[in-house]
Amino acid sequence: MISAIQPALLLVLFRYVLGGAIHVPGGSYVDYIVPAIFIEAVMIGGMATAIGLADDLRSGIIDRFRSLPMARSAFLAGRTLADVSRSVFSVGLMVGLGLLVGFRFHASAGDILGGLALVIFFGYCFSWVYATLGLLTRDPETAQVASILPFFVLVFASSAIVPVATMPSWLQDFANHQPVSITINAVRALLQGEPTHDWVWQSLVWSAGIFLLFFMIAVRLYRGVTS
Amino acid sequence: MSSRCLNAHLERPLEITPRATALVERDAGRTSNKRSIAATIEVEGLAKRFGSTQALAGIDLYAEEGTVLALLGPNGAGKTTLVRILATLLAPDSGRARVAGCDVLDDAARLRAMIGLTGQFAAVDELLTGRENLELVGLFYRLSRVERERRAQEVLERFALTEAEAKLVKTYSGGMRRRLDVGASMIGRPRVLFLDEPTSGLDPRTRNDVWQFVEDLVADGTTVLLTTQYMEEAEHLAHRIVVLDAGAVVAEGTATELKDQMGGDVLEARVANLDQLERAAGLLAELEKREPRIDPDQRRVSVPTKGSTRLLIAAGERLQDNGVALDDLGIRHPSLDDVFLSLTGDGVSLAGNRVGATSDRGRRDVRAMGSPGPASGRHVTARRPGLRVSRPDTWTARDTGGVASATSCASPATHGCW
Repeated sequence: MISAIQPALLLVLFRYVLGGAIHVPGGSYVDYIVPAIFIEAVMIGGMATAIGLADDLRSGIIDRFRSLPMARSAFLAGRTLADVSRSVFSVGLMVGLGLLVGFRFHASAGDILGGLALVIFFGYCFSWVYATLGLLTRDPETAQVASILPFFVLVFASSAIVPVATMPSWLQDFANHQPVSITINAVRALLQGEPTHDWVWQSLVWSAGIFLLFFMIAVRLYRGVTS
Repeated sequence: MSSRCLNAHLERPLEITPRATALVERDAGRTSNKRSIAATIEVEGLAKRFGSTQALAGIDLYAEEGTVLALLGPNGAGKTTLVRILATLLAPDSGRARVAGCDVLDDAARLRAMIGLTGQFAAVDELLTGRENLELVGLFYRLSRVERERRAQEVLERFALTEAEAKLVKTYSGGMRRRLDVGASMIGRPRVLFLDEPTSGLDPRTRNDVWQFVEDLVADGTTVLLTTQYMEEAEHLAHRIVVLDAGAVVAEGTATELKDQMGGDVLEARVANLDQLERAAGLLAELEKREPRIDPDQRRVSVPTKGSTRLLIAAGERLQDNGVALDDLGIRHPSLDDVFLSLTGDGVSLAGNRVGATSDRGRRDVRAMGSPGPASGRHVTARRPGLRVSRPDTWTARDTGGVASATSCASPATHGCW
């Protein structure tokens, strides 16, 4: 519940405070920003993984789990899967809030569900980045600060808030190809019934790649943690 | 553990390490009423370094099946590091360790099914109830639902938590959390239980409950390794005590053996004026030719002695003749604290605190007066000749046939027969 406050504030901020000054080609800004808020919601929700893991490391409960006859990945998988339920709840809330402030779907039910599933999948995969940060920092306060970094870079230097075409060209190269932009483009297109180009499979590949890499790093760190 | 259960997993006989065998054989010879000793924990040359800190500097020890081994030592002695290595949480830099016949590195996964661990911090989930916490741990041991509920009930009753079983742990007091935490490590009915300072922060009554539970477990065949800073705890629970200091074993044996190593009793004087403490220490040191121990807070000086009443009178006269005013003078039996301080020679009491701000200075002055004993710095890691730890000359090889026959790295399936 608490984790849904931040994306809700962002939604109101961009819809009513900043949105009036931002012009997007061929559509209303509310339809542009709300799908991005969905992604932001799952990324903010995932920060709980980093903070929670760092806290668990400090409390000694991880020592107990590591001394029990269970798979090394089980604890981390449980932690990140718990965040999926949080993500679903949070995205559901944002859909409701979005509709309230004027957002409208312009696609078939299948495409809408597919788009929302893409958001949840990306959120789950990205929570392994947060798991890695939590295991690296081993301190809840530090973990919180560290988690904001990837969020800031990937969300603000992306197509989430303003069209990439308005950015300087050196930034466009990054913004056009990074996973958050691609996922937001795909979700936006799916929810608005527009052509999705190659974004859907690119987003899936990005998500899977992030998952595989950070899953391996996190499990390795978990094996070796010495609190 | 019943003998039937032991026989079930004898297919993989224990290859006991040579040095651990030597230790076991020595003690088998010492306690002649025992035909064989099965070492459930064997540690050989175990070393671990963290950066510039040598946490463990090559440790040898063993614990017999169904006994309590206490690791006694001040903060930073390496107790927790050793427990973490034995509980498969930490890899040693060198050396070997086997628990229940399983190598802590090679057989770690199998070993985890046979051990229980209670660390220094309460490892319970605050958002679950007490009962849920226990049943969760049971789930990880792959117990059936009926069995999980049964064992959780048992632990709740044992640790007087039945009234609070349905409350969230975040509403528990510190003592209740600690009890739940210790209880959780017993859910799997481990063959070997590691308790890292299990009673720190507990009130005396709860501490007695924990002790009672440990005794019951041991009576049922569980081997317990516990670390403690309290001599009372070691004395009450442990069959054998290993004293650690700065990552090395400085002494080991039963509480009685350790006290015997002091070579008799302790002559203790309490001076009326703090200024005269060092003079008193010097006089007693000359009399006994042993290094005195000074405690400025209590204005006390003590020195190991073999003497009797005559010596007491001699000491009294000597102190009086030299103008030292006394509040108290007597001969008493040594405490483990005396043993510990004489072993570490470092002015650090078991609780990890300096005995007194001036004790170092006092010690140096005493040494300058010609008292015997090592002119050491802050840490004496070498074993003192007067307090022998290893006694290769007395190691006897008799009764070796039965050594190391009772434990093997059993598969997790057999651990339920306890």
